[in-house]
Amino acid sequence: MSDVTLDNMVGHRWRKPAFIKNVALRWTLILGFVAYLIAAFMTIEVDWGRVYEGLDRGWAFVLAFTSPDFTSRWSDIWSGLLESIVMTVAASVVGIIISIPIGLGAARNVAPLPVYVICRGIVAISRALQEIIVAILLVAIFGFGPLAGFLTLSFATIGFLSKLLAEDIEAMDRVQAEAIRASGARWVQWINYGVQPQVMPRLVGLSMYRIDINFRESAILGLVGAGGIGATLNTAFDRYEYDTAAAILLIIIGIVMALEYLSGIIRARVQ
Amino acid sequence: MPVFERDDTQIWRRRTTRENMIRWFGWLAGLVVFAWCWQIISASTTWFFVWDAPRIANDIWTRATPPRWEYITQLGRPIWDTLNIATLGTIIALFLAVPVAFLAAQNTTPSKLLIRPLALLIIVSTRSINSLIWALLLIAIIGPGVFAGVIAIAIRSVGFCAKLLYEAIEEIDHSQVEAITATGGSRWQVMAYGIVPQILPAFAGIAVFRWDINIRESTVLGLVGAGGIGLQLSASLNVLAWPQVSLILIVILVAVIISEWVSAKVRGAII
Repeated sequence: MSDVTLDNMVGHRWRKPAFIKNVALRWTLILGFVAYLIAAFMTIEVDWGRVYEGLDRGWAFVLAFTSPDFTSRWSDIWSGLLESIVMTVAASVVGIIISIPIGLGAARNVAPLPVYVICRGIVAISRALQEIIVAILLVAIFGFGPLAGFLTLSFATIGFLSKLLAEDIEAMDRVQAEAIRASGARWVQWINYGVQPQVMPRLVGLSMYRIDINFRESAILGLVGAGGIGATLNTAFDRYEYDTAAAILLIIIGIVMALEYLSGIIRARVQ
Repeated sequence: MPVFERDDTQIWRRRTTRENMIRWFGWLAGLVVFAWCWQIISASTTWFFVWDAPRIANDIWTRATPPRWEYITQLGRPIWDTLNIATLGTIIALFLAVPVAFLAAQNTTPSKLLIRPLALLIIVSTRSINSLIWALLLIAIIGPGVFAGVIAIAIRSVGFCAKLLYEAIEEIDHSQVEAITATGGSRWQVMAYGIVPQILPAFAGIAVFRWDINIRESTVLGLVGAGGIGLQLSASLNVLAWPQVSLILIVILVAVIISEWVSAKVRGAII
């Protein structure tokens, strides 16, 4: 710090530097935000009487977690859960297999421009459409059942994995890849020995993460008729059977926790 | 490194025979599981509908095009609601996530044995349940409407924000905290001047990132009755008004692209 600025600062009390330095910008943002908040609160209609009435039911639901009912609807829960798991596994496998070539194609340092544009287009479409909307369309086309859910999850997996894989390939170390190429490798060998070892740990980690997401998503696809535990859960809520709903939610949380733990172990091993 | 001797020449291989066998059986087991999953999906699929799918898809496409553009005048309010659900939900979530994150981070938690596991449990359980399920639950409790959507988004986001935030807290530079402690700062002063300035950029990034995700999620919350543009989508789907559906999908797509652009810009400005 130069002497002049130091002189200016002597005798002044220290103040916390602001997060946004530009004064005008800071105040415009703050005022705009406050104005928006007021407008938003004005337009939200909350029926406080209804909310107050619901508090009892909310409390009943919280209590249901202490005595979840796994048994009385077990066959429904089991069939829904099995369908969810099956959809997750099948969709993850297919999604990962398809997303590897698309990921390669979407990496600018591996693929030529036309391939790159096509693959990036696929990724963009897949990422822009939410699972549930894709599921609605696929249910309309393929009919009710787990096939629609399977296709939805595969499609979503492709967008997610290809994008992250492509970014990882683009950020890879060029030296290794060039060394393989310099030894006279063909394109396939170059990918196999120069690129693949570098991105493999991340691919495994991302795949595990995606399996986790796919399971969570498979729990809601049933709401629109695409198979899985969601339909059972929806029925349980509609019939105010909170103990069954609590049981299903506990199972979902348990499986997600187990998957997260498992993926932690696997990621620690491959890295 | 496995090296084999055969006919007096040493041959390098990547894996030993035992490792090869283990891998081979692993792949076989994976294949069997996948085949079994596919079997289940296939058994509960009406294949006639699938073979008929191209015709159905074509039919839907001709019904959905061109979109009914004049319907957009009725979408203003739902879009405003969607924006409110996402923004207010994110704000509430951030207020709840900050204390949870401080309780969950190893270096700031008051008690590692008691409070940290509790905070982690809150993070995992809110994170593993999709906002649509939270919305279903809240609609059963406090009735349909925008308010249920706001709360659903808020609960779903708490775990996500708190997780990213507590990871940021754990990664802070410790010497700054020590410096504030050495000047005799109290626990709160250490937090305000030693920790908060370090995590503020991460906090802003997380907030915008989650807001972007919440815009996506709030567009479909209406499918279960929690307000926003999803209400119009589900109403149009129920009466098979495909031209309206296609217009709503276009609007959702535009909203998602805009929110992603905004979030990328803001994060670019912060980092």
